[in-house]
Amino acid sequence: MYSKDIETMPEKKMKELQLERLKWSVKHAYNNVPFYKKKYDEAGFHPEQLKSLDDMRRIPFLKKQDMRDNYPYGLFAVPLNKVVRVHASSGTTGNATVVGYTKNDVEVFAEVVARSLSAYGVTENDVVQVAYGYGLFTGGLGLHYGSEKLGALTVPISGGNTPRQLMLFKDFGTTVFCATPSYALNIADYIEKNMSDYKIEDTKLRIGVFGAEPWTEAMRTEIEKRLKIDAYDIYGLSEVIGPGVSCECSEKSGLHVFEDHFYVEIINPETGEVLPEGEKGEIVYTSLTKEAFPGIRYRSRDITRLYHDSCKCGRTLVKMDKVSGRSDDMLIIRGVNVFPSQVESVLMEIEGTEPHYQIIVDRKGSLDDIEVMVEVNERIFSDEIKVMNELSKKINDKFRSVLGINAKVTLSEPGSIPRSEGKAVRVVDKRKQ
Amino acid sequence: MNVTQLSAFVANKPGHLQRVLKVLADESINIITLTIAETSDFGILRMIVNDPDKGHKVLRENNITCSITDVLALEIDDTPGSLYNALDVFAHMNLNIEYMYAFTEKREGKAVMIFRFEDVEAAKNALVGKGYNIVRKIDIIGEK
Ligand SMILES: [Zn+2]
Repeated sequence: MYSKDIETMPEKKMKELQLERLKWSVKHAYNNVPFYKKKYDEAGFHPEQLKSLDDMRRIPFLKKQDMRDNYPYGLFAVPLNKVVRVHASSGTTGNATVVGYTKNDVEVFAEVVARSLSAYGVTENDVVQVAYGYGLFTGGLGLHYGSEKLGALTVPISGGNTPRQLMLFKDFGTTVFCATPSYALNIADYIEKNMSDYKIEDTKLRIGVFGAEPWTEAMRTEIEKRLKIDAYDIYGLSEVIGPGVSCECSEKSGLHVFEDHFYVEIINPETGEVLPEGEKGEIVYTSLTKEAFPGIRYRSRDITRLYHDSCKCGRTLVKMDKVSGRSDDMLIIRGVNVFPSQVESVLMEIEGTEPHYQIIVDRKGSLDDIEVMVEVNERIFSDEIKVMNELSKKINDKFRSVLGINAKVTLSEPGSIPRSEGKAVRVVDKRKQ
Repeated sequence: MNVTQLSAFVANKPGHLQRVLKVLADESINIITLTIAETSDFGILRMIVNDPDKGHKVLRENNITCSITDVLALEIDDTPGSLYNALDVFAHMNLNIEYMYAFTEKREGKAVMIFRFEDVEAAKNALVGKGYNIVRKIDIIGEK
């Protein structure tokens, strides 16, 4: 464990530490960011009123739109000469949100990533190949600094150029691979299609660190089987810090939140009401130590739940479920809530189908129509129409039983669904166009 | 002695069939006969080519989903009722035909049909037993 005292701190003691840090953080935002002062004054809240963790409920939320409205530096709480780095996320809709880091923030960022890597079993003896994009996106530099802080040999290859990634696995003796889960599967596909003599068993690869997009247990099984590694989830948002807000441990069941830096609540996304521990809802983040860009009650739109389960790894930190979807990505089709991750789970249950899919939602008259495009690879291809029709029907039946919707399944050629080495475009909602 | 069929998955969209044919043409692979089974979204292109293994390899390299399958090429008299009689043999033997198609050219006055069976070996034995002539691979695609 990288920070044993913190990671095994008794719950009660952690709550005391959080309250103490919250008082500082809320005051820091209120005193130094006009946006917070105005908003809190209007809501009749003053940082002095924060006496217990329950008082957090009285504080208004911070929304992604607030960040866009204050583009680029409006929510920074320190002068720009104290800011040493910025990251920005374009988001899937609308303009960019910009976040800043002081020297100390950069340290904290590296620390939480180092703790995460350590939780997966990475040590200074490892060779860590970082295939997240380097740049304004937090993934590349985040993993890079964390890996260096841990003392591992860090390979800053960035995303893309699959043949080179594969060459470096061999030449550099890479043991740990960090990327988006969809890129990990792209790599497995690439080996299968183009490098039949490349044996992944001949590399020293043992651990995969995957994040930046929601992924399912079925996808983990597939990645582990095809790349012969242990695959772990790393979770984070640039608005909070980047990857390293929470991480899985040896148990691969739930992610421990680094509560000494981030205070988490679960709310009902419709009403904003705080839900008791164990209930599923939208996770809301408050930074406890961030200097340049404090985020107080930031609505992530990510759906999960929080729980304590005396984890076998020994960490006492609260756990969150693997994020099952973003409330922004949730589709309402004929009154049924559908997350793209559910579509993916259905496909992964069917032998041979790939997680390359695209959901196209359209409105025909007054009814919503959902079409799911699935690529046909050699594992599911047959020269008999009958067999192909059975496959479509099987997928369609699964959707009906799991999601309660009747989807049109379109079998399509390999490569016909747009791929990206960052985030995959899973949903095309023509109702909005 | 079975004939090897090369099959490819093709989206039912303009230009897609042509793309597959171009890949084969660029590698000088000759198509001896072909048929397409189609649905509203996609088609399955089934071909007898002069070099099925090479065809399979080049299609895969071009990211086209494809497979190779054993089929039977059967010689039938070019007279009324002879296809009916052949099918009768299969029906009596409980041999299920997945699909079939004909060669465009006659061979020594006889028609040649391609049959795809669930169990190609059982079909072959049944037909030979009934005196049918199964056309060998080499007679169809020639020497490599
Ligand atoms: Zn644990």
